[in-house]
Amino acid sequence: MAGKPKLHYTKGRGKMESIRWLLAAAGVEFEEDFIETKEDLEKLRNDGSLLFQQVPMVEMDGMKMVQTRAILSYIAAKHNLYGKDLKERAWIDMYVEGTTDLMGMIMYLPFQTAEVKEKNLALIIERAKNRYFPVYEKALKDHGHDYLVGNKLSWADIHLLEAILMAEECQADILSAFPLLQAFKGRISNIPTIKKFLQPGSQRKPPMDEKSVARVRAIFNF
Amino acid sequence: MVEMDGMKLVQCRAICNYISAKHNLYGKDLKERVLIDMYVEAILDLNELIMRAPVQPADKKEKYMADTVDKATNRYFPVFEKALKDHGKDFLVGNQLSRADVQLLEIILMAEEVKADILAKFPVLQSFKARTSKIPTIKKFLQPGSPRKPPLEVKDVPKVLKIFYGDQ
Repeated sequence: MAGKPKLHYTKGRGKMESIRWLLAAAGVEFEEDFIETKEDLEKLRNDGSLLFQQVPMVEMDGMKMVQTRAILSYIAAKHNLYGKDLKERAWIDMYVEGTTDLMGMIMYLPFQTAEVKEKNLALIIERAKNRYFPVYEKALKDHGHDYLVGNKLSWADIHLLEAILMAEECQADILSAFPLLQAFKGRISNIPTIKKFLQPGSQRKPPMDEKSVARVRAIFNF
Repeated sequence: MVEMDGMKLVQCRAICNYISAKHNLYGKDLKERVLIDMYVEAILDLNELIMRAPVQPADKKEKYMADTVDKATNRYFPVFEKALKDHGKDFLVGNQLSRADVQLLEIILMAEEVKADILAKFPVLQSFKARTSKIPTIKKFLQPGSPRKPPLEVKDVPKVLKIFYGDQ
């Protein structure tokens, strides 16, 4: 039953985007089945394909995996992107949870009213610059290596690059006070698999537009 | 934040992942691990719903609680009931105690604090609850005087919010 992993989600970033990044960085080709209507989602639910009635769902290695973190952890471990031991793993987990928190805040912006959005955008920028980026800048500075953990590319690096690019979409010069993160961004973007993913025509998804917001609201009923 | 093994660990999942792996509560291979992760993430979603109940505005609370009970009884518990029923073993994954079992017991007890008979339709989960509660270390944790914490009462919410968010 070998075959490419198949991703089930809407045609947008949401919670699936980090999975796309990780698979792409690992050099794994994948297919996507886009949920375009409420009926598409209902069909997946009625087929029994969604363990907890939710997407993301990734068909891979004979499983229908759900829960974003479960899927990401599996892919990372399978492709040697999860450190070499328990302690490296703990560091990767800590870093990834930080970037998850930051990207989680950004993810909901398109769905907020103008007033709430403005307030949250300011909060996101403040948190990025004061809470999150300083940690990664310091980590890289302290050990002087190219990668966050264990002197080797890991899930943490891929996730951080994704977060940096999303944060720059909020404020273009958000990395101005973080020279090491700027260098990190340049360096990781040049890794061949990641470079390919960053080029037009890849499976990377663009930020949401108003039409997509309406569609997602209709599909998921909120 | 947990100080452990020379580290200051932060982020709940990072901490739980570390403890689970260190103490052989994370399955024997990648496939068991991903199944445990799927179960645990769902349990954490339900945990978050219940955890946020005390801070819901009074006029939204009733609907919020109804939605929480609905998710527990229609989305989450049926999956664990079926998993245990299908393989007939005592534990959720790999026929051995894992963090998934520990967290399932925790969420069952939390859910029962929301609605005492929430397991009424889940006989296998009722047996699971009884059986898992008797594991000596867990039994000890369930006794008065253990570090287990009681539910957050609404009257204590302002104090907690002040610690994390300051005067507002």
